[in-house]
Amino acid sequence: MSTSKRIRLTPGQLMVHLGLLLLVILWILPTVGLLVSSFRDKDQLAATGWWTALSTSVQNGQGRTGTSEQMVETGGKFVIAGNLLDDSKRTILTFNTNFRDLTAYKAGEVLTFKDQSQIRVEADGSYRWESEQPIEEKRGKRIFFVAESPPTFTLDNYVEVLTSEGIGQSFLNTFVVTIPATVIPITIAAFAAYAFAWMRFPGRQFLFVVVVGLLVVPLQMSLIPLLRMYNNIGALLDVSAKSYVGIWLAHTGFGLPLAIYLLRNYIRSLPRDIIESARMDGASHFQTFTRVVVPLSVPALASFTIFQFLWVWNDLLVALVFLGKGDDQIVLTSKMRELLGSRGDNWEILTSSAFISIIVPLVVFFALQRYFVRGLVAGSVKGG
Amino acid sequence: MLDQVLDATIAVIIGVSSCLLYFWGTNLLLETLVRDKQTANGQIESRDELRHAIRPWLFVLPALSLLFTYLVYPVFETVWLSFHDFTGERWVGWSNYTWALANPEFLQSIGNNFLWLLVVPSLSVVFGLIVAVLADRVWWGTIAKSLIFMPMAISFVGASVIWKFVYDFRGPGSDQIGILNAIVVGLGGEPQAWITIPFWNNFFLMVILVWIQTGFAMVIFSAALRGVPKETLEAAQIDGASELKIFFLIMIPQIMSTIIVVWTTITIIVLKIFDIVLAMTNGQWETEVLANLMFDWMFRGGGDSGRGSTIAVFIMLAVIPIMAWNIRKFREEEQGR
Repeated sequence: MSTSKRIRLTPGQLMVHLGLLLLVILWILPTVGLLVSSFRDKDQLAATGWWTALSTSVQNGQGRTGTSEQMVETGGKFVIAGNLLDDSKRTILTFNTNFRDLTAYKAGEVLTFKDQSQIRVEADGSYRWESEQPIEEKRGKRIFFVAESPPTFTLDNYVEVLTSEGIGQSFLNTFVVTIPATVIPITIAAFAAYAFAWMRFPGRQFLFVVVVGLLVVPLQMSLIPLLRMYNNIGALLDVSAKSYVGIWLAHTGFGLPLAIYLLRNYIRSLPRDIIESARMDGASHFQTFTRVVVPLSVPALASFTIFQFLWVWNDLLVALVFLGKGDDQIVLTSKMRELLGSRGDNWEILTSSAFISIIVPLVVFFALQRYFVRGLVAGSVKGG
Repeated sequence: MLDQVLDATIAVIIGVSSCLLYFWGTNLLLETLVRDKQTANGQIESRDELRHAIRPWLFVLPALSLLFTYLVYPVFETVWLSFHDFTGERWVGWSNYTWALANPEFLQSIGNNFLWLLVVPSLSVVFGLIVAVLADRVWWGTIAKSLIFMPMAISFVGASVIWKFVYDFRGPGSDQIGILNAIVVGLGGEPQAWITIPFWNNFFLMVILVWIQTGFAMVIFSAALRGVPKETLEAAQIDGASELKIFFLIMIPQIMSTIIVVWTTITIIVLKIFDIVLAMTNGQWETEVLANLMFDWMFRGGGDSGRGSTIAVFIMLAVIPIMAWNIRKFREEEQGR
C-alpha cells in the first residue's frame, strides 16, 4: 500500500503490475466469454468467437434473383425486383455475379449484363433488374456479395431458457432446496455449538472430537446407505423417496460438522464475563443463548450462512442422489448437467442458463465477501 | 408461475419453522414439566439442577442425531456393504476389493486421482501465493483479489460450462468459437478437441479446479501474510536481501503451517472431485476418477451397492490420515488454551 505514495514506477513495480494484470485477465476471461456470449444473437454466437462480438463482422454471401415468372412490365420496361437478404441485420457492401471478384460493384451501383439488361443492388439487399426486352431467366441469377452484420445483442436467449427450457422452474426449485438447507443447519448447529462451548454434560469433549473428525468424512461414504434408507422409508410409508424434506435433512447432516465447529470456536471465544453475568441475573441457558450469545455471534453466523448457502446452491451430487429429475424437483445444477448432454452444441442455451445459475451466488458473494472470507479463514480445515 | 412461487414459499416456511418450533417447544416443555416444586411444609424445592442436566441434551440432540444418521452410521454401513454383493444382502468377503484392484476402470481412476492430487493442490497453492504477494504491492490489489476469488462462488457445473466453451472445437478451416482453439489457430496451429485427447485431457479438467481453488488459497495466504511481523521484513530489507530471498527465506517459512492447511483442504476436495468430470466427460476418454466411478456404480444396472461402497471406502482410506492429523492438531490447541 505504501507504493501508492511514490509517483515514479520502477521496472520492478511495473513487472508486479503487469504480472498481476495478466493473471487477473486470465482468470476472468472465461467468465467474460460466457457472459458476452449469452447476450449474443444465436446465429452470430455459433459463427464467430465472442471476442469479435463488438466488431461488425464482414461475411461473404450469395443470393438468387427472381425468375421470369416474377417479372412485371412497367413503363415499357421489364423488371424483376426483390431482396437478396433473408434478414434485415446485414448490409451489402459490394456485389458481383462473378464470385472471383466480389468487390467489383459497390452497393447502389449498376451492373450491366451482356444482354444489356441492368441490375442495381442496394445496401439493404433489395435489387431491381431492368431490361428493354423480356428477361429469360429460369432459375434466378446468382449474385455474390460481401455483407457486414452489426453486433447484435439480445435477451432472446434468456427468454428462451426461462420459458421453454424450464430454467425458470429449476431456479425456484433451487431456492426451495437452498433456503431451508441453510437455515435449518445453522439453527441446529448454533444450539449445539453453545452447548459445546458453555454447558456441562458428560461426553462433551469426546463428542466434539467426533465432530472434528467428521469434518473431513467424504460425502461418498454416506450416499449408498442413505439412498437405501430413503428407499426403504419411502416404500414403508408409501411416499416418494425423493423429496425436499429428504434433501433438506441431508444437507443439514452434511453441513453440521463445519457449522458446529466454526460456531463453537467463535462462541467459545466470547468473554466469559458476559455469559456468566447473564447467568447470574437469573437467565436460563435458553435465554442466555437467544438474548446474549446469538446477537454477539452474528459475524460467525453470517459467514457460515454464506458458506452453506453457496455450498447448497452449487451442489450437484446431493441433488442427483436425493432429488427427482422431474420438473418439480430438478435444481439448476442438475438441469445444467442435463443441458450439457442434450443441448451440448446450443451455446446460446448453455451460456444463458449457466449465467442464470451463477448470478445468485455471485451477487451473494460480492455483497458479503467480507463475511465469506472470514468464514473460510476460520474453517479452512474442512474440504468444501 | 405464481402458484409455484407460493408452493415454494410455503415449503420453505414449513421447513424452517418446524426446526425453530423444536427448540422453542422443548424449552417450554422443560420449563413447565420440571418446575420448582412447593413441598408440603411450604418450602420451595429448586429443581434447577435437573433442568441443568437435561437442557444440554435438548440443545445437542438434534445435531447429534443428524450427525449420527447422516455421517456416522453410513460410514460403518458403507464398510459393511463393501463386503456384500450388489443387493447388499449376501456376504462376499473381499471379492469386491479383488474385483476393484483388477478392474481397469478402477485402476485408471486411481491413477487419475493421483495426477489430480499432484497437480491441483500444488498449482493452486503456487498461484494463490503469487497473487497474494503481488496484490499486496499494488493499489488495486483488493479488486484483483476479488476478481480472482470470484470463481469460488461458481458451481463446478457452471465452471464446467464456462470452460467447455473455452475448449470448444470446430473442424479445421471453420471459425473457432472456443478461445483456446482460436489462439492456437491464430498462432498457426491445428485446432484440437482438447477434452478427448487421452492423458492430456485430465490436465484440461484440472485447470478448472485450479481456476476455482486459487482464489481460496490466495485469500487464506493473504490473511496469513498479514501476520508476518513487519520488523522481520524491514530488517531483511535493510540487510539488503532481495525480494525473492525475502519471499523464499522469510515469508514462506513464516506461513508454512497455513500452506499445509490449504494444501490438505484442497487435497480433500480433489479426492472427492466429481462434478467437473461428470459434466465435462463423464469419465470418457480415460478421465475417470474415483468419485465419478462410484456414482456410476451406484446406479449402473440398477445399482451395485457392493462395488459402489468399495470405491467409497478407497476414498475414505485416503482421507483418514488427514482426519487423524486434524484431530491431533485440535487436541493440541485445546490443551494450549
